[in-house]
Amino acid sequence: MKYLYYPGCSAESTGKAYDISTRTVMEKLGVELAELDDWNCCGATSYFSTREIDSFAIAARNLSIAQQQGDDDLCVICNACYTTLAKTNRYMAESAHVYEQVNGALNAVGRSYDGTKPVRHIMDVLINDVGLEAIESKVTRRLTGLKVAPYYGCQYSRPIGSFDDTEDPQTMDRFFEALGADVLTDFPAKLKCCGGMMMLTNADVALRLCHEILKSAKDMGADVIVAACPLCEMNMEGYQPRVNSAFGTDYNIPVMYFTQLAGLALGADPKQLGLGMQAVSCAPVLAAIPA
Amino acid sequence: MAEEKIGVYICHCGTNIAGKVDVEEVTRWAAEQPNVAVAREYKYMCSDPGQDLIKQDIQEHGITRAVVAACSPTMHEPTFRKAAGDGGLNPYLLQMANIREHCSWVTIDGDAATEKAKRILGAQIHRLPLNLPLEPIEVPVNPNVMVVGGGIAGIEAALKLAATGKKVYLVERDPSIGGHMAMFDKTFPTLDCAACILTPKMSAAGKEPNIEMLAYSEVTQVDGYVGNFKVKVTKKARYVDIDKCTGCALCTEACVVRKVPNEFDQGLSKRAAAYIPFPQAVPLKATLDPTRCLTLTGKKCKQPCVAACGPAAIDFDQKDEEIELEVGAIIMATGFQLWDPTPETRYSYGKLDNVISSLEFERISNASGPTGGHIVCKNGEPPKSVAILHCVGSRDENYQEFCSRVCCMYSLKFAHLIKEHLPETEVYECYIDMRTYGKGYEEFYKRLMDEGVHFIRGRAAEVSDVGLTPNEEGHLVVKVEDTLLGVTRRLPVDMVVLSSGLAPRADAKSTAQIFGFGCSANGFYLERHPKLEPVSTVTDGIFIAGCCQYPKDIPDTVAQAGAAAAGALALVDNATVKVEPTISYIDPEKCSGCHICVGLCPHAAIQYNEEKGVAEVIEAACKGCGVCVAACGSGVPQQRGYLDEQIFAEIEGALAL
Repeated sequence: MKYLYYPGCSAESTGKAYDISTRTVMEKLGVELAELDDWNCCGATSYFSTREIDSFAIAARNLSIAQQQGDDDLCVICNACYTTLAKTNRYMAESAHVYEQVNGALNAVGRSYDGTKPVRHIMDVLINDVGLEAIESKVTRRLTGLKVAPYYGCQYSRPIGSFDDTEDPQTMDRFFEALGADVLTDFPAKLKCCGGMMMLTNADVALRLCHEILKSAKDMGADVIVAACPLCEMNMEGYQPRVNSAFGTDYNIPVMYFTQLAGLALGADPKQLGLGMQAVSCAPVLAAIPA
Repeated sequence: MAEEKIGVYICHCGTNIAGKVDVEEVTRWAAEQPNVAVAREYKYMCSDPGQDLIKQDIQEHGITRAVVAACSPTMHEPTFRKAAGDGGLNPYLLQMANIREHCSWVTIDGDAATEKAKRILGAQIHRLPLNLPLEPIEVPVNPNVMVVGGGIAGIEAALKLAATGKKVYLVERDPSIGGHMAMFDKTFPTLDCAACILTPKMSAAGKEPNIEMLAYSEVTQVDGYVGNFKVKVTKKARYVDIDKCTGCALCTEACVVRKVPNEFDQGLSKRAAAYIPFPQAVPLKATLDPTRCLTLTGKKCKQPCVAACGPAAIDFDQKDEEIELEVGAIIMATGFQLWDPTPETRYSYGKLDNVISSLEFERISNASGPTGGHIVCKNGEPPKSVAILHCVGSRDENYQEFCSRVCCMYSLKFAHLIKEHLPETEVYECYIDMRTYGKGYEEFYKRLMDEGVHFIRGRAAEVSDVGLTPNEEGHLVVKVEDTLLGVTRRLPVDMVVLSSGLAPRADAKSTAQIFGFGCSANGFYLERHPKLEPVSTVTDGIFIAGCCQYPKDIPDTVAQAGAAAAGALALVDNATVKVEPTISYIDPEKCSGCHICVGLCPHAAIQYNEEKGVAEVIEAACKGCGVCVAACGSGVPQQRGYLDEQIFAEIEGALAL
């Protein structure tokens, strides 16, 4: 099983642990990842709001490279990158205008793109290509008794929902059930926005949104929140102390990339999973997993 | 081909056609076409002076064929064929050319529309010399009527027809008639008690000698045609002899299976496996639930119901019974189902206690409901605050795009009932727009504002139990944008009522198929014309009334039921009815007797004559669908009015500009 792999900017900085743990987990599962050559920023959410055609063009450059580099599907780990790249395909298919403008821009750098490269979320690959049975068979440390709050975030399934229900996604629940965890399937904040970039521009709003997610996880007695997006992880975990000082709370809830927790279940060394880089310690999670 | 004199009549339809098509140019062109003796245009051809043009030309100019280029034939073909008939021409020598729906309404460019109109008209001019005179077939009419569905619409239609002396079969799927209205507590805006106004009608229907009630029965097959329907009805086994049962309910008290969710109470209470759905049921007879009764599911039971039943009415050996009824007309009144709010996950229906649907609230507020009419939360305490969320599953492109019409009003009614039962309780109505369009409705809205209900203009974003402040802790929290104030609000409340929209019945499509008509895009039964024939269907003799056609309130439903009854009466009060002669026929000289058409005919209108060795069309049963025409390998069956050479001539006419 082979995929082209698009890590995205965050995975080289704040979200490095996501990249490290992804590579480890995929190796454990026998999935080969070939990093995309000379990739650039996907444009993320903010650029789309200000200069739409330009952002399609920079996303399409990545897809053009992917098409040239091989026939394997393009696997993406960050929710925002995933949505941005998939959206570019969709808009190019639906609008001749977008198609022409994007190719006009690509032609200027000697490239072109037809809008057809399949873009896959890493969870889509895990659930539908690798399969839950195969994953379960490779588990060496079942996450028995660990209360996992599956946090999907805004852009995991929305707006397209190509591999899960848009308003009530279930794949992460099923994934961690296969790893033996006690999944909090009714986690009410699983789709709530973490605030995203607002943490930098309007922190009051973003802190309040994180407060709600953390409160909800705490109410349900979660041992750990798992995330599939570097920005979500940073907001919920890195800003936890600020949420505490803003709202007089005492949250100390570990937040992990879902690949980090999956890696532990698959028997990976914590060092191979980028653990220890967080502000909120994951030590209680490690201690809670039966050996 | 004999020399024919064709009259061409082109309608402007105001600006509907003339606004796009150059009618003068089409008229000039038509006048030059072969066989055309006269070509005229007129502003509204369907008006009396317009129709008179055709009659005059037949009488004064000896026109032998005519074509009207106007709207769809489903709209005005009968009008113009009648005019031709009045003028002395066989009506089937007149054709329609649809240059409105097929041309002016759907073409952007005026020149293109004009060219297209010529081709559509040319097709008919070219086929007209081949038209043959036809005579309508006259068949007898069965005076009986069937009403399907025993809610307020069906009851009303059945009572109206019975009062004229007609025999009515009232078929209801559930053990009792009454429908949704029987579940309600009060009705808006007058606050009449629903039971007080419905029960007398139910009882009257039960006692009316002209109504044969077939409760707990379903229609499985419909054959025949206008005036002469043959309907198969399955009377489901109640396992109770209804002639002996007195409705005393002693069996329900004796039954050992007591935890069956009560459908009538939306599952909020339990009933026994032997049950009478509600105290005012008509017919007031017990039913044994075949999926829950221990004996009927093959388990051990001492059968205390048998011991309790004085008249020995219980009969475990009863079987479903299929009967066949003959009726002249059918009224469909199969109602709606509440839109299930489960898919709208952000409102947490089914996940959080005290988030309830509107029908559940109806039962909770009903004196004969599961809480005896006390408005209480799951823990038995009255709520100190309630939020009522409008437009759940309605006006939402993810679910149902349409407005369900009744939800604003029933939501106001709920608010009133809460204020009446619990004056201290705060009530919030979260709405998109208030739609209070009926008689006395806006006044009711005003009254509720005076009663101190909080109206928040904004569709609720979500309902959760995550309280962020001491105020919110332990409550449901409704997040909503107040679009009048421009702020986001969090409402801590004890109960959330989801004002769900009305949805088509899950089996609406398959039911419509059984009866031979269709559904609109939104899933409700399709009426023949949205404005002028709202209670007819495309199948002659089958009418629709009530919420099976589209969501509507009780006054509109009752009015429609009366209209449907009048429509049915206007048909079955006649001794005979004329049916279209455009049906198929089989030339016995050419038929090889291969049987292919016999099996394919969807209306069982073709029989095989053993003696002659050929297939024969039963004229009265044929609906002119054309399946046999298309299926026959030798091209033997032909459909009158749609002969092969006529259709080919149309095609040639359309292409030969």
